[in-house]
Amino acid sequence: MTQSSRTDKPLVLAGRTYHSRLLVGTGKYKDLDETRLAIEASGAEIVTVAVRRTNIGQNPGEPNLLDVISPDKYTILPNTAGCYDAVEAVRTCRLARELLDGHKLVKLEVLADQKTLFPNVIETLKAAETLVKDGFDVMVYTSDDPIIARQLAEIGCIAVMPLAGLIGTGLGICNPYNLRIILEEAKVPVLVDAGVGTASDAAIAMELGCEAVLMNSAIAHAQNPIVMAEAMKHAIVAGRLAYLAGRMPKKLYASASSPLEGLIR
Amino acid sequence: MHIQLNGEALDLPDGLSVADLLERLELTGKRVAVELNLDIVPRSQHAATRLGEGDRIEVVHAIGGG
Repeated sequence: MTQSSRTDKPLVLAGRTYHSRLLVGTGKYKDLDETRLAIEASGAEIVTVAVRRTNIGQNPGEPNLLDVISPDKYTILPNTAGCYDAVEAVRTCRLARELLDGHKLVKLEVLADQKTLFPNVIETLKAAETLVKDGFDVMVYTSDDPIIARQLAEIGCIAVMPLAGLIGTGLGICNPYNLRIILEEAKVPVLVDAGVGTASDAAIAMELGCEAVLMNSAIAHAQNPIVMAEAMKHAIVAGRLAYLAGRMPKKLYASASSPLEGLIR
Repeated sequence: MHIQLNGEALDLPDGLSVADLLERLELTGKRVAVELNLDIVPRSQHAATRLGEGDRIEVVHAIGGG
């Protein structure tokens, strides 16, 4: 048994227990082989996918993502990325549920603007209400506005996932203070979704007290995605343990680590 | 009959079912989901659901995404 499993409770989402606190996307990889290898290296158990129109008549023999990332092995988290209003997002979730044989877990993401991919929180709130009433387990991507995060939890979303930075920017944890406020009053698991650029960003998110981190570009757009996936796995564990351990207080002046007694004179 | 499939116009013989359409598209047995005029058509209903003039059909699958 590792130290982490002795001191930590596992992550529970919609009644299911997970040992990995890293959730990964499947976009932006060179090919399906790289996707598979990176996801294996990440140790992630929850994997996001997009739902898109089937290309009619094109490459009918092409391998399907879900043949490579099997729903028997991973919890598939279909997302609504690319949706710009509540109606589109709800339709997408219903299609995803049919696609995955009644699977109720979805990532709700309603965007406002192509340049920033910032969430449209008004449409997100509307879609969340409809989806919760329709029986979905909704993990919701949102801004780092603590009031909206609270409202989404009150609606019945099972996890709230504020951005740490804009999607695909890799700018890291841009506003740790807002995340701290969200975390302090969280009634449901809070995950950072978007903005992480490298392993230290993931560790910071976990040190702040996030239950988990969801990322895609930070791995897929690394020079070596498979090695970065492994780095992220360790960063998440390290950040979580540091959070559980509780960091030392910061001080302005030095404090000697070696005893001051017994010095030779 | 004329239908809209994934946003594109398509002419089909009358009386086809959703299952017939998927067979024509070489998608039988593939992991896809079907929406007909904004309602989901469950897999169990593909054979029994007939298409009609002006229907709007979406056929989707899972691809890489974040």
